[in-house]
Amino acid sequence: MEIQSCVSILNEWDIVAARQLGRNVAKELGFGTVDQARITTAISELARNIYLYAGEGQLCIDRLNENGKAGLRIIALDKGPGIPDIRKVMEDGFSTSGGLGAGLPGVRRLMDDFNIDSNPGEGTDIRATKWLR
Amino acid sequence: MYNKITAHIEDHREELERAWKERLTSDSDARIIDIMPEHIFESTSSEFFDIILLNLKDKDREYKEKLQSFSDKVVRLGWPVALVVKGLREFVHTVQENLVQYGSIDKEREGEYLELLDKWMTPFSNEIIQTYAETWEKTVSLQKMALQELSAPLIPVMEQISVMPLVGTIDTERARLVMENLLDGVVSHRSEVVLIDITGVPVVDTMVAHHIIQAAEAVHLVGAKCMLVGIRPEIAQTIVNLGIDLDKFITTSTMKKGVELALEMTGRKIVELEG
Repeated sequence: MEIQSCVSILNEWDIVAARQLGRNVAKELGFGTVDQARITTAISELARNIYLYAGEGQLCIDRLNENGKAGLRIIALDKGPGIPDIRKVMEDGFSTSGGLGAGLPGVRRLMDDFNIDSNPGEGTDIRATKWLR
Repeated sequence: MYNKITAHIEDHREELERAWKERLTSDSDARIIDIMPEHIFESTSSEFFDIILLNLKDKDREYKEKLQSFSDKVVRLGWPVALVVKGLREFVHTVQENLVQYGSIDKEREGEYLELLDKWMTPFSNEIIQTYAETWEKTVSLQKMALQELSAPLIPVMEQISVMPLVGTIDTERARLVMENLLDGVVSHRSEVVLIDITGVPVVDTMVAHHIIQAAEAVHLVGAKCMLVGIRPEIAQTIVNLGIDLDKFITTSTMKKGVELALEMTGRKIVELEG
């Protein structure tokens, strides 16, 4: 069972909208304040990556229910330049924009499941899930 | 022809209003009506109808001025713009239908009347959309200004100690202001220690952290120390998860502890008076 809601990321303020959406869904699903903060931070990172590197894209929030386990999945989609070396961006401290380089590896640590799919020239598809305990 | 229409509207006012409301609620996009509670729709739609009528009767004033006051009034009703435009369009149809129904106009001149009504209403909807757009633009720019005003003040709380409370989302524009105000303030207030309070920052992601770290480094360059206060427990956990290194910072959970520490660093402390 999945219910999806999406936010288009076109400018910096859309990141805030995506975050707000994620926080509301997380609250509804019954996540605690710490997990809410983790989820919103992860959304913030992924949405900002879309804004910074792809220019535009979509950030969707799924409500999951698998075998009685409830969860929230963040899906970040863009048709940007893609990531040439995924292993590299998952290393701490690697950044092409002069940032901290903690974004993607950070998101992996903030969430329970993390999957990244990217082809240069085609775009990037990142999915990260947090399960309700 | 114009007078004939207004006279007819005057005579059949209640009936027209009822028919108009019905048209507006029945076949219209349900979403538009849904946003508005029924009683509000009920009262404001009567008002809207009154404004249209009043405008028809009011012949003394200049056309331009009339248009302006009409759209101002309509915008003040607070309807979604789609509904207002629909309301005007439906008004034309309702009146036309009613005129035909009562046989007030000849069958062969029906088109002519419709055209007249339409021509007469078009400037109204154009003016309304214009006014709506202007209102929005004004609101947005005012809010932008308001936001900028509360962006990032640096407050000298004591000799050598300043505080910068950050409230709300930090975007690139605000981050730039934080940096500027911080450096300007530190120099002009001769601060030794600056406390950046992030109690009111909802999300600390890598970008926010990066900006804060950069600001702290810059403060260090002008010879002061930077302290990060107001780190809520959930923010502390996400910062650890993200793997952000704040070792260079002195951090405390509350402003109170921060101020005490800052006093200590500048060789002072708060003592209770005896007696």
